[in-house]
Amino acid sequence: MLNDITLGQYFPGNSPVHRMDPRMKLILTIAYIVGVFMVSNLPGYAIALAFLYLVARVSGIRFAYLVRGIKPLRFILIFTFVLNLFFVEGETVLVSLGFFTLTLEALRNACFFAARLVFLVMGTSVLTLTTSPIQLTDGLERLMKPLQRFRFPAHELAMMMTIALRFIPTLLEETDKIKKAQMARGADFESGNLIARAKAMIPLLVPLFVSAFRRANDLAMAMEARCYRGGDHRTRLRELRYTKLDLYGLLATAAFIAIIIVEGKLLG
Amino acid sequence: MANMDENRIVASHLSYAYPEAERSAVKDVSMRVKKGEFLAILGHNGSGKSTLAKLFNALYVPSEGTVWVCGLDTKEDEHVFEIRQHAGMVFQNPDNQIVATVVEEDVAFGLENNGVEPALIRVRIDEALRAVNMSDHALKAPHLLSGGQKQRVAIAGVLAMKPDVIILDESTAMLDPSGRQEVMNTVHRLNDEEGISVVIITHYMGEAATADYVVVMDEGRIAMSGTPREVFTRVDEVRRLGLDVPPMTDLAHMLRADGVSVRADVLTVDEMVEEVCRLSSKI
Amino acid sequence: MSIVIENLNYTYMAGGPYETQALREVSLTIEDGEFVGLIGHTGSGKSTLVQHLNGLLMPTSGRIMVDGLDLADKNTDRRAIRRRVGLVFQYPENQLFEETVEKDIAFGPKNLGLDDKEIDRRVRDAMRRVALDYDTLHERSVFELSGGQMRRVAIAGVLAMEPQVLVLDEPCAGLDPRGREEILSLIRNLHSECGTTIVMVSHSMDDVASLAERVIVMNKGQVFMDGVPRDVFSRGEELRAIGLDVPQAVQLAEKLRARGFAVPEGIYRVEEIKAAIEAIVGKGEKHA
Repeated sequence: MLNDITLGQYFPGNSPVHRMDPRMKLILTIAYIVGVFMVSNLPGYAIALAFLYLVARVSGIRFAYLVRGIKPLRFILIFTFVLNLFFVEGETVLVSLGFFTLTLEALRNACFFAARLVFLVMGTSVLTLTTSPIQLTDGLERLMKPLQRFRFPAHELAMMMTIALRFIPTLLEETDKIKKAQMARGADFESGNLIARAKAMIPLLVPLFVSAFRRANDLAMAMEARCYRGGDHRTRLRELRYTKLDLYGLLATAAFIAIIIVEGKLLG
Repeated sequence: MANMDENRIVASHLSYAYPEAERSAVKDVSMRVKKGEFLAILGHNGSGKSTLAKLFNALYVPSEGTVWVCGLDTKEDEHVFEIRQHAGMVFQNPDNQIVATVVEEDVAFGLENNGVEPALIRVRIDEALRAVNMSDHALKAPHLLSGGQKQRVAIAGVLAMKPDVIILDESTAMLDPSGRQEVMNTVHRLNDEEGISVVIITHYMGEAATADYVVVMDEGRIAMSGTPREVFTRVDEVRRLGLDVPPMTDLAHMLRADGVSVRADVLTVDEMVEEVCRLSSKI
Repeated sequence: MSIVIENLNYTYMAGGPYETQALREVSLTIEDGEFVGLIGHTGSGKSTLVQHLNGLLMPTSGRIMVDGLDLADKNTDRRAIRRRVGLVFQYPENQLFEETVEKDIAFGPKNLGLDDKEIDRRVRDAMRRVALDYDTLHERSVFELSGGQMRRVAIAGVLAMEPQVLVLDEPCAGLDPRGREEILSLIRNLHSECGTTIVMVSHSMDDVASLAERVIVMNKGQVFMDGVPRDVFSRGEELRAIGLDVPQAVQLAEKLRARGFAVPEGIYRVEEIKAAIEAIVGKGEKHA
C-alpha cells in the first residue's frame, strides 16, 4: 500500500523539469491546476492530459507511474463520483429507478469532478517526483518570504517541513519495531471491535511518542550545537536562480492556459 | 588566563548542576585539551562525562568555574556561536542529529547557520565529505545509510565548520563493530593529518586505549587521569569505577597474580606476544 | 522443545525495486536447553532469522516447526508460538509504555489471558530473575529508571511470558561495562538455573565466547558456520574474510603459534590462553 503512493515521492534525475527552479515549478503547478479547473468540456480535458503527458515525457517519468499514483485515491474518487451522481440536479433524465433519478448533468458533473481530482493529483505528483523535498521546502520558504513582513513564520514552517520529511522514514521504521516487540509479548493489533483495536494501539503509541519527544530533544541540541539560530542571516547552499528553463516552463504553461481559455470560448 | 597557543579547551574548577537537581552532575573539574591532542573521557553511565562534554561547547553554561574554548569564555553570550564553531560536537544517536533529507544539505547546515557564502559552502562540504570518505553518498537520503556512515556525515557537518576540536559524545555507542571502526579511523586520521584535537566520550576501553590521554570520571569528579597505559594498569581501581580494562591488560593482570612477571601495562595482543617472547627467552 | 528450520528463504519487498533476499536456504535445528550465539555483521540476516523464530515474519518459502507446530500453517495459533518463544529486541526499553514497572511486566501475561494471581506471581518471579527488587520498584514509573534498569524491566516483560526459548537480539547494545555484565550474568543464570534455551545475537565475540555452547555464524543470508565455539573460532581466517573478528584470546593464541610456541589448538577462553602462557613461561617463578 505504502509503495503505491507516488504523491510526495521523489525520483532523482537530471531532466529539464528536474533542473527548473522549485519556485517556478510551484507556481506553474498551481497555474496548471487552475487551468484544469477552468476546463468544462471533453476536448479541454484531452488538452490537459496531453500537456501532462508532455511534461512527464520531458521529465523522464513514465506516464504509467503517474497513473498508478491514483490507485490509492480510488475510494475517494468513487465516493465523490457517486455523491455527484446523487446530489447534482439536472433536467435531462437518463434513468429513473424509483427515488433515484440519474440525469445527464449529474453524470457530466461527476465525471468532470473526478477528472479534476485526477489531474490535481497527477499534476502535483509531477512536481514532487521531479523536485526533492528540500528544494520544495526551499521554494516554499522563498515564495512565502515576502509574507514574513506580516510576521508570517516562513522559515520556521519550512524548517518544520524539512524535519518532518527527514524523520518520517525513521519513525515508520520505529513503529514497525515497536509493533513487533509488543506482538512478541502477545499483543494483538488485528482482531476485536473498534474500541478493542483503539485500546490495543496504546502500547504502540505511547512508546512512539516517548521516542519522538526524545528524538526532538536530541535534535534540538544537535541543531544548537551546529549554531542554529533561526532564519535571520542564514545563507543557503543552493541559491535559487531562474534560468532559461524556467522561462520555457512558464511559456509552455501560459500557452496551455491560453489554449484552454480559447477552447472554452469556442466550444462554450 | 591559560596559554591559548597550546590549549584548545581549558576547564577550571568547573561545576554544573542541572536545573532543579539536588546534586551537581559535574564537580570541581579542572582539565585541558591540548592542541592536536586525542583525549578520551571515560566513565560509567551517569558519571558526568556527557555533561562535561556539553560544557565544552556552551550547550551548558557552568554553575561554577569557567571553560575557555580557544580562549573564549563560554559564559559570555556573544561568543556562543564562535565557540560552537571552534568546538564541534557529534552526538550518540546517529538518527537524531541529521537535520536535512540529503547528505550534502546536512553537511551544509552549520555553515548556512553561520551565514557563509554559498560558493564557499560548496567548497567546504565537498572537502568535508572527502575527508570522511562519503563523497559518493553526497546526494543520498540519510536514512538509507548505515550507522557508521551516518556518524561520518555528522562528523563532516562539524568538519565543514573548520573546528579546532571535535567532541564525540558517545558517538560509537550505538554502532556495530565495523561502524565503530569507521568512526574511530576517521577521527584518528583527522587528528593525525589535520591536527584537529579530538575528545571522545566513551565506555569502550579499546577506543580509549588509542588516545593520548585518558580522564576517568566518577560521581562528577575526575577519578583518574594519565596515559592509557598509566590508567589501565590500575586494573582494580578501574573496575571499581564500573569500567573494564582491555582484555590483554586483564590477562596480564591475571598472569601477574599467578606470579608470571609480564609487564602490567600491556594493552594489545601484539604487546602480549612480545612479553611472552621476552619471558620465554629468559627461561 | 526444539525449533526446526528447513530451507528457509525470506525476501523483503518482493517484486519492488528494493527487493532483497535476506535469508537463503537456511536449515538448522535448535535443541532444547542449548545456548546458541548468533553472530554476523549488520545485514547478514541474523535479525531477520530471529524474527522468524516466533512468527513475527513468515517465510517466503521453507518451513519452521516450533515444538511440532508449523508456523506457516494457517491454523497454528501465533500466540501459542509466542508463549513458547520469547523475543527480546534490540534496545527493548523502547517498547515500555505502562505507568508502572509492575503493569508493564504484566502486559505479556495479561495478553495470555492469565488470572490476576498468576500474573502477580509471574511479575514477581520475572523481576527476581532480572535482579530488580519488587518492593522498591514495582510501583515506580518505568521512565524514572536508569538505562540499565529499563533494559531489565523490558527483559522481565518477556520472561513473564515464561517462554521455553528466549531469543535476545543484542541484549547489551549501548550499555556501559557494568550494565553489560549485569545483563550477561542474568542470561547466564537463566540458562543454567532455569534451563531456558537461549539464542543470543551479539556483535561481541568475547561475549559469545564466554557464554555460548554453540555458535552460528551468518553471512549474506546464509549459515556460514555452525558448531561449538572451539571449532568455529579456530577458523579465524575464514571469519576475518567475512569481516568478523575472533576473540582476543584466539588472536593471541594464533600469534603465539606463529612465533613457534606450542599453544594447544582450539583455545578461545581467557583462562585457557592464560594456562597456555603459564605452560610456556612457567608459573609462579619470579624472573627478576
